[in-house]
Amino acid sequence: MQLALFIQSVINGLNQGAIYALIALGYTMVYGIIRMINFAHGDFIMVGAYTLFYTIPLMISAGMPAWLAVIVAIAVCVIVGVTVEVVAYRPVRGQGSMTALITALAMSLFLENLAMVLFGANPKSVPAIFTLPTVNFLGATLQTKYLLTFGIGAVIMILLQLFVKKTKLGKAMRAVPQDKEASTLMGIHVNKIITTTFAIGSGLAAVAALMYCSTYPRCTTDMGSMMGLKAFIAAVLGGIGSIPGAMLGGLVVGLIEIFVKVYIAPGWYEAITYGLLIIVLLVKPSGILGKNVGEKV
Amino acid sequence: MNVKNPKKHFIAYLINLAGVLVLFFLLMGLFKSNVLGARTAYLMGICTTACYTIVMVTSLNILVGVMGEFSLGHAGFMSVGAYASAIVTNALADAGLPTILLFVIALLVGGVASAITGVLVGIPALRLRGDYLAIVTVAFAEIIRVAFCNFEITGGGRTMSGIAKLSNFYWCFWVTVICVTIMYMFVRSRFGRTVKAIREDYIAASASGVNVTFYKVMTFTFSAFFAGVAGAMYAHYMTAMIPTIFNFNYSAEFLTEVIIGGTGSLTGSIIGAALLSALPELMRQFSTYRMLAYSIVLVLVMIFKPGGIFGTYEFSLTRILKKLLSGELFKGKKKLTDEMGGAAHE
Amino acid sequence: MSEPKANETKKEPVLKAQHLGIIFGGLKAVDDFCLEIGESELVGLIGPNGAGKTTVFNLLTGVYQPTEGSYYLCGEKMNGKKTHQVVAAGIARTFQNIRLFKKLTVLENVKIAMNMYMHYSLASSILRLPRFWKEEADIEEKAYELLDIVHLKDKADFIAENLPYGQQRRLEIARALATGMKLLLLDEPAAGMNPTETAELLDIINVIRDKFHISVLLIEHDMSLVMKICERIQVIDYGVTIASGKPEEIANNPRVIEAYLGKDDEEVALSC
Repeated sequence: MQLALFIQSVINGLNQGAIYALIALGYTMVYGIIRMINFAHGDFIMVGAYTLFYTIPLMISAGMPAWLAVIVAIAVCVIVGVTVEVVAYRPVRGQGSMTALITALAMSLFLENLAMVLFGANPKSVPAIFTLPTVNFLGATLQTKYLLTFGIGAVIMILLQLFVKKTKLGKAMRAVPQDKEASTLMGIHVNKIITTTFAIGSGLAAVAALMYCSTYPRCTTDMGSMMGLKAFIAAVLGGIGSIPGAMLGGLVVGLIEIFVKVYIAPGWYEAITYGLLIIVLLVKPSGILGKNVGEKV
Repeated sequence: MNVKNPKKHFIAYLINLAGVLVLFFLLMGLFKSNVLGARTAYLMGICTTACYTIVMVTSLNILVGVMGEFSLGHAGFMSVGAYASAIVTNALADAGLPTILLFVIALLVGGVASAITGVLVGIPALRLRGDYLAIVTVAFAEIIRVAFCNFEITGGGRTMSGIAKLSNFYWCFWVTVICVTIMYMFVRSRFGRTVKAIREDYIAASASGVNVTFYKVMTFTFSAFFAGVAGAMYAHYMTAMIPTIFNFNYSAEFLTEVIIGGTGSLTGSIIGAALLSALPELMRQFSTYRMLAYSIVLVLVMIFKPGGIFGTYEFSLTRILKKLLSGELFKGKKKLTDEMGGAAHE
Repeated sequence: MSEPKANETKKEPVLKAQHLGIIFGGLKAVDDFCLEIGESELVGLIGPNGAGKTTVFNLLTGVYQPTEGSYYLCGEKMNGKKTHQVVAAGIARTFQNIRLFKKLTVLENVKIAMNMYMHYSLASSILRLPRFWKEEADIEEKAYELLDIVHLKDKADFIAENLPYGQQRRLEIARALATGMKLLLLDEPAAGMNPTETAELLDIINVIRDKFHISVLLIEHDMSLVMKICERIQVIDYGVTIASGKPEEIANNPRVIEAYLGKDDEEVALSC
């Protein structure tokens, strides 16, 4: 039974980790490009989750598979993400990191409280998305959908990495944080690149929402902020700005959380995650896969 | 500031004290005369809320406005003060101490406990700056919250109730006045000056002989102390509390009030905290829209007036009196400096 | 390197740097840097862009810790000290790209550098005890004196960032003076100044030396200024000292001319 519990925990951890990783990708891309913690990113997941809540019944009644609702969710999240960027973030760009951080915080509060006004404070139950069988493996009952989640996460990460490394747009994305002015001189439309980054990040948030809702079928207005914070921890842990780092960080945070919950102290698992963040920031602020940058005197 | 003539300053302090006394007696008259009838108690409650919110927001402004660093975990320090003071007053409940003494003990215990936490958090955390520091303060506040949810002595995740009701509006008013005065004196001293220098350029500050780490930790601790005092006021006014109240959103609320009021302006913090905590209470039906409105105002402030509504402006009773008494005669040096400070901030 | 052996009564030099070196990512930014500066001496440190001059300043002020060698201020070893400790010991500096406390007043900028001479406690500041007033008054008087030296007394209440460029440079000097140092490191003080401002700066540097008997190490690109006021000049290129001596010797040194004007890139690299 010990082994079964262990395997179960590993699979749960990877599932949880894949969700964090997908969210962390959004943080890491935005931070990598404009050095801003997009606090509202977590709330994009909430937006995605509520969209799923409303569209899945429509999909089912139209006789289509439930997971197709994610397309609507992606569309909604991209619209919200890009709107937030253009309306709130763009006007304050270049006014310092403090202003950017507060604006991001304000947008997070705005989305959360808007959701509160629109959808009410009561949690909503999302209908089942995947109806996949469970598999018995060495005495452990495994949900195949968890493996699916992990698979989706891995595929997206690889695609994203290829996109950033190989395509022209991806190269432009890497050029902008190096030197904004030089990028402009090279004919890169900086604002367009930033908006595209937000669009991709928000789209990923919608996918993360799908995966989250298939594991925990309920949505609340504050689901985004805390999950977002943990995903941010994952991004920092892996090395902010690094796509493989986000994936790695996400999996580490997911596994640690599940293992602490199961084996060590169920009431303390959140504290452990935050403690981990503090240690990483103090010991190696650049994260596992990141590079150190100092200030020039 | 004309430091060569302390006498002038003492007169100014006395005038300000008189102003505070007038405000106090006005409020006392309002409440004691029962003009408002049944709503008196309700209004007093709002004013008490305003008191500890003012202390929280002002102390946070010491970090945000004066030191130029974020804390997104200020509610964590408040909870340390609240729980520490509540535990101590519970233990002293049967000692037969007079209420006022017990209340003072509670405030000091809350402040000191929070200050100690401030040192412990500050020494590692303040090696970071900007975004990362903000995130680490959230992390510490969350750890504190999780700890209080797990400790048996703090209710083990359930509501901790039955805390002695020690504070009322009148006492909270004076505690607030004292706290704000102390913070004002801190800002207008070599300490505040040095911390401002660190905010402007920490490399230049250390090249001017300033021990940057020491002053940062000191300011962080100073700020945490008052958050703890505010927590003690809260605990002994509410008499019941649960750790989940002191969450990220509560911290964010304080930060919002600091920013809207004006980073670096204690006046802004006081007015911001007082209005923002009182207004939604007065308009109950809109309370669900409160944070929504906050966030919109916050974005607008960031876009159009990043220094906050008051900027770095400080209200001065003496200045107003002088102006009233002698027209434009006293448009002295100090005012010029303030105006330039305000202008520079924009 | 002549060691002052038998002569016990001979005073330690104000600055003695011995074989200082630092490596950044495999690259020797400064290598084997030796320099002695005596009391009231004014030494120039010159070299082409990127030669490692500012890195020397960063080494001498504890911003970077040298990976090799050691340096002494009046005989006291400075290695391992943090910037503020080095400043307290008596080495102050200005910055190549001006670093003022921009949003504070001119007077405050100077007062901050005197904070280490202020000792009133938190309690006396909160209760506004006599000690607070006395120290604040003393410090204000001294700050005005220093501002007078750099001709900024009438600008005391201005916000630092609103000052014109040349005045900002002078304010930086006043702020460095306020630390009460023995050795002043000036990093391109005349950069971006017009001839009138440079002449004024020259006067100020001379006044400072006469009045405070301090030693100065000066990085400067304005050769006429360097030749005019420096008693000795040390030239570095690619982190290595290539010449040192009196201004006229330096002016005629072929290696210096080579480093500045360049003969052939490869040959210059070889000669280092």
